[in-house]
Amino acid sequence: MTTQTTALPAIEKAPSPWQVFARVAATIWSNGKARIGISILGLFILLALFAPLIAPYGASENGFERSADSSWEHWLGTTAAGEDVLSQLLWGSQISIFVGLVAGLLSTVIAVLIGLSWGYVRGFWADVINFVVNLFLVIPGLPLMIVIAAYLSGGGIGMIIIVVVITGWAWGARVLRSQTQSLRSRDFVTAAVFSGERPFRIVFREILPNMTSLIVGNFFGAATAAILAEAGLEYLGLGDSSIVSWGTMLFWAQNSNALLTGQWALLFAPGLCIALLATSLTLINFGVDGISNPRLREGAKK
Amino acid sequence: MTSSTLTRTPDATAPVPETGGGRRAAGFALRKLGLFVLTLWAAITLNFLLPRLMPGSPADAALAKLAQNGPVSNATKAAIEAQLGVPTGNIVEQYFAYIGQVLTLDFGVSYTFYPQTVSELVSTALPYTLVLVGVVTVVAFVIGTLLGVLAAWKRGTWLDSLPTLAGSFASAFPYFWTALLLLFFAGYVWRLFPTSGAYGPTATPNLSFEFLGDALYHAFLPALTILITSLGGWILGMRNTMISTLGDDYVTFAEANGLKPRTVALRYAARNAILPNLTSFGLALGGVVGGSILVERVFGYPGVGYLLFNAVTNQDYPLMQALFLMITVSVLVANFLVDILYGVLDPRTRR
Repeated sequence: MTTQTTALPAIEKAPSPWQVFARVAATIWSNGKARIGISILGLFILLALFAPLIAPYGASENGFERSADSSWEHWLGTTAAGEDVLSQLLWGSQISIFVGLVAGLLSTVIAVLIGLSWGYVRGFWADVINFVVNLFLVIPGLPLMIVIAAYLSGGGIGMIIIVVVITGWAWGARVLRSQTQSLRSRDFVTAAVFSGERPFRIVFREILPNMTSLIVGNFFGAATAAILAEAGLEYLGLGDSSIVSWGTMLFWAQNSNALLTGQWALLFAPGLCIALLATSLTLINFGVDGISNPRLREGAKK
Repeated sequence: MTSSTLTRTPDATAPVPETGGGRRAAGFALRKLGLFVLTLWAAITLNFLLPRLMPGSPADAALAKLAQNGPVSNATKAAIEAQLGVPTGNIVEQYFAYIGQVLTLDFGVSYTFYPQTVSELVSTALPYTLVLVGVVTVVAFVIGTLLGVLAAWKRGTWLDSLPTLAGSFASAFPYFWTALLLLFFAGYVWRLFPTSGAYGPTATPNLSFEFLGDALYHAFLPALTILITSLGGWILGMRNTMISTLGDDYVTFAEANGLKPRTVALRYAARNAILPNLTSFGLALGGVVGGSILVERVFGYPGVGYLLFNAVTNQDYPLMQALFLMITVSVLVANFLVDILYGVLDPRTRR
């Protein structure tokens, strides 16, 4: 009697979140492009964490010679307001990484909640969600972002994260919904339904773990979009221009005519950092794609 | 009963609203039309609600700003208040007044460019954006899709990795930065191209060859920026669907039948793989009206995107609302047309 009951749970037991995570991480790491991406991202995270220790000066510490070229004191020169460009670059990495992580995470959570429920429910509520998601998918993101940012002027980083999340969750919800629909007719879901599981548990405990790679991919995609959106909004001067981020650095560079004075570091360095950070996330996503679509795996032939 | 079973797809789990009756294609088009009208109404309503949902009163800020330009007539004041929701009636009355404005395309006076009307400003900016972004979008789509087909077909060779990698890098770059780089080198350092505007300071817009040449010269850098940054998306989109298609049975079958590789690639694989890219193309064409806000900002190009930027930074709410509405509606219309076209091209989607 007792032997029977101990044998059963071994089959039913779903892998723990940590096991799923470890498997996903291992698959991503096995991809060469993703390894480069993870290294670049890791470097940026370290720089952001240790900015207070590494940065030679404070982010808004001014009073140095204005618009100076690079020198021993200021490796990348100074801004038109007499701030050290290298220090701003290091401090600014905190904002981009923070916005990318938080906005990416929030829009992924919303996409998961809405996408999975949407894929599971039928009838009237499915139609309602369908309509709302389609509306957000079709309304052009950047203009909506700019208009909302204008109404909420001067809200700082929190405002930018909200704006990016509002305009960025719909695509993920749509992708996750299709996958939920294809999974909901599988045997293990039918089995769970017949054993009397509640829908909430079926969706988030049975179906969700099978979509890890899609969700991880969605997170990296959303984080990339958030980083680019933050930089774009700050560059247009729609964020809080008193903080130091890569976007505001470009905003001030444009405002102080760095193009005319040939302040190359001020123009190129923040943009290059944004580009590298976004590229690292894109590279990691190549590895994630390899999990869900084996045809896209490194070295696989058609 | 029979017709409703006919419109069902094999994928019966999809929560598709049934129209009940009518032939398959007509039912499909009608349902899409109904959905389009509903979405359009929702977008117009969202545009009405946005200023009212946000903290602060845009109308007060706007009136204060307008007063700097000269005395504000009572009629103008009333129009602004009606549009921006200073309570001159209950919200329902305001809403109907707003719908009336939308239907008559009367968006009032701009604050920034007072006394010019919003519609005047929009009609001046629109041609520049339509030509610049429109032409580049078509060119990028054609080149990108062809490169994508090539990359998928020559998988694993440099013909695959070069465009794919370059494309993903270019699309990860912030595109206003690409624009800044081009402007810096080609505009300021080498002085090859003008650094802002759509035509020279002495020219007057007309249809002479001289003016068109000048306009083309001014449009070159913005056009190049949009081309560089959008090409990657088309390449990657086409490549990835094409790779999936190449694994399908009918392609293997065509190959096994000894058809020429070129025929297999273009007639069989590419023809089916192009559908998703075609959808994005339709949406991109709809997005043309909105312009390329960041690029137009960098190059000071007087299109719709730059106008929106100016409206936003000057808190010109009537202009902002009208532009946002126009951009949204054009994307909605494009999306609707693409849906219909998709149904014609791929009957599987008519469900």
